[in-house]
Amino acid sequence: MTVDALPAATLPERQPVRIDRAAWLALPAVIFVLALFIFPFGYGLVLSFSPLEAAQGWLANYAKFFADPAYYGTIAKTLWLALPATLINVGASVPIAYRMRVPSGGQRFVTTLLVIPITLGTVLIADGLLTYLGPQGWVNRILLGLGLVDSPIRLVHNYTGVLLSLVVSGFPFTFLLTLSYITGIDPVLAQAARTLGAGPWRQFKEIYFPLLLPGLAVAFCLTFVQAFSVFPSAVLLGAPAGATRVISIAAYEAAFENYDFPMASAVAMIMGLVQLAITVLVLSGRRLVYRGPVGGGKG
Amino acid sequence: MTQRTDHGDFRELRLDRINRTFGSHHALRDMSLTIQVGEFVALLGPSGCGKTTALNCLAGLLPLSSGAIWLDDRRIDVLPSEKRGFGMVFQNYALFPHMSVRKNIGFGLAMRGVAKREIAERVDRAIRMVQLGQHADKLPGQLSGGQQQRVAIARAIVIEPPLVLMDEPLSNLDAKLRLEMRAEIRRIHTSVGRATVYVTHDQEEALSLADRIVVMKDGLVRQVGTPEDLYHRPANLDVARFMGFRNELAGEAEGNVIRHRDVALQGVRRDAGATRQAVAVFRPEDLEPVAAGANGIPVTVTAVEYGGREFHLTGVTAGGVELLARSRERVVVGDRLTLGVAPEQVLMFDAGGDAAPRGFAAAAE
Ligand SMILES: Nc1ncnc2c1ncn2[C@@H]1O[C@H](COP(=O)(O)OP(=O)(O)OP(=O)(O)O)[C@@H](O)[C@H]1O
Ligand SMILES: [Mg+2]
Repeated sequence: MTVDALPAATLPERQPVRIDRAAWLALPAVIFVLALFIFPFGYGLVLSFSPLEAAQGWLANYAKFFADPAYYGTIAKTLWLALPATLINVGASVPIAYRMRVPSGGQRFVTTLLVIPITLGTVLIADGLLTYLGPQGWVNRILLGLGLVDSPIRLVHNYTGVLLSLVVSGFPFTFLLTLSYITGIDPVLAQAARTLGAGPWRQFKEIYFPLLLPGLAVAFCLTFVQAFSVFPSAVLLGAPAGATRVISIAAYEAAFENYDFPMASAVAMIMGLVQLAITVLVLSGRRLVYRGPVGGGKG
Repeated sequence: MTQRTDHGDFRELRLDRINRTFGSHHALRDMSLTIQVGEFVALLGPSGCGKTTALNCLAGLLPLSSGAIWLDDRRIDVLPSEKRGFGMVFQNYALFPHMSVRKNIGFGLAMRGVAKREIAERVDRAIRMVQLGQHADKLPGQLSGGQQQRVAIARAIVIEPPLVLMDEPLSNLDAKLRLEMRAEIRRIHTSVGRATVYVTHDQEEALSLADRIVVMKDGLVRQVGTPEDLYHRPANLDVARFMGFRNELAGEAEGNVIRHRDVALQGVRRDAGATRQAVAVFRPEDLEPVAAGANGIPVTVTAVEYGGREFHLTGVTAGGVELLARSRERVVVGDRLTLGVAPEQVLMFDAGGDAAPRGFAAAAE
């Protein structure tokens, strides 16, 4: 490049632009969200306030929900499944991801292995678990073979079955998310802690854990929301009329057994509200902890 | 669960032929070095020569491939990093982003189970020493680069380690701050340090800070000496090049004279003189235009830069060798002149340094 060419190469003067052109790139996404989320949501919301028997007033569906234990009881039942499943998944992910934080062949192998169940979907997992955990499945045969139990224990068509399936189907996702948060923490921080006298446990407790907390809150919420909307495995592996009559089953019954779509919408709205409440609660807890970059300083 | 890591005072730290390999790459070869208490030692060398590796081996962050490290008569290379208790200032500071300045500095003391009261006192003293008084409760992300660096230093010294390790702590600072921090590091070393090992690739920094400099290249220690030693009496070509002897003239040596085509240059023989093929090196600062005469090299000027007090010029000899020189008088490109250098400023080394092939001298004859 010659010096003479320089003035020609300088940028033309910029016109003041009102709308950032890059913003238009978001347009497809905006349309997508409007069409697939906002519209059905608004429609459902309106529908839930228009009960079939209009005479009972616009709040009738919600009143019915909170009057009938068959309805309001589902909230507790679902929470009773979703919260333990989420806690188990997050709780198991942290130590395993911590052990695997250094990139290695093992890490690649396990992450690949864990992507598979995510792609399989919950129905296939529920189906598989049904055979493994059934009275003739391997788990019982091994337990019997080892003499740990006298007769097959009941692992399906009850609470345990659904909880197990929530753990199996939710864990890969929670783990991969946690792993990506942990590997984002600069290992030189732990080295610095080491030179200052921190053993392995203190390195985790003082450095990794506090820096991981905001990420864990997100992992918790995403895992929880998934678990709270459990449907296929609650039906296939659980007792859909009893202990695992989760809120999504109630919505399903209202819609497709009673053909009361407004009621089903009301149930769905309440379900969304509970999810939102827990999410807001957990994420607002993040305000109490450090949430900045997790690097070691300059550079 | 507190462990005593205080080594108290010591006399010397000894590296005994330590090696470190990464696969087939030999990052550190047979490094031996003894550091006395109170000493400020600089590890100097080009990028990739193994400086950080050496420091990490000392700190215990990298296991040795072979060799031993002794603190007086205690072997410490078998201890994990957290039990060696050396203070380390990392190249990128590695401050804990979620802890205040005060917490960062107090971390090492807390890990040692020091009582809260005493931690507060010692941290306050350290904060005063590095002049961070009004920033004590900020997070590292809210500090400037220079302030972060001072936190990193305070955090490493507050535990009163027998040895402070610093990995190019000034490399990311601007020129002015770098000079200030240099003085501060030296001051802190004098007031607290029992010994400091300081890694840098900046020869000027090493010369101005260190009591002793270790020059490394390709994992090998090439010379150990005082700044004056290295500056005036480099032991080999690598060190000479690193110490600013940027002009090189290769030719046949006869006693103290090197012949390069029709140029004969008088110098000082710096090594055994095993081969007749030799390289003479000298600094641009020592080469200047002279009236034709002894130790003169005729050149054609190919470039001139204005350097304030003097002109920095580049000349090419008849044989095509580029030489850098200084001139007080204005010169212009295309001038033909003679550049002269005092014989005692010309150092002569065997061509090829240590690795000179055996048959080379014979073949040349
Ligand atoms: N973890 C590693 N795996 C493989 N090779 C490594 C590793 N760490 C360092 N090396 C190699 O060892 C050599 C020395 O590296 P080192 O980091 O000690 O250089 P350095 O002298 O500190 O360089 P710089 O001035 O650029 O920081 C380099 O050639 C580098 O490629
Ligand atoms: Mg380095």
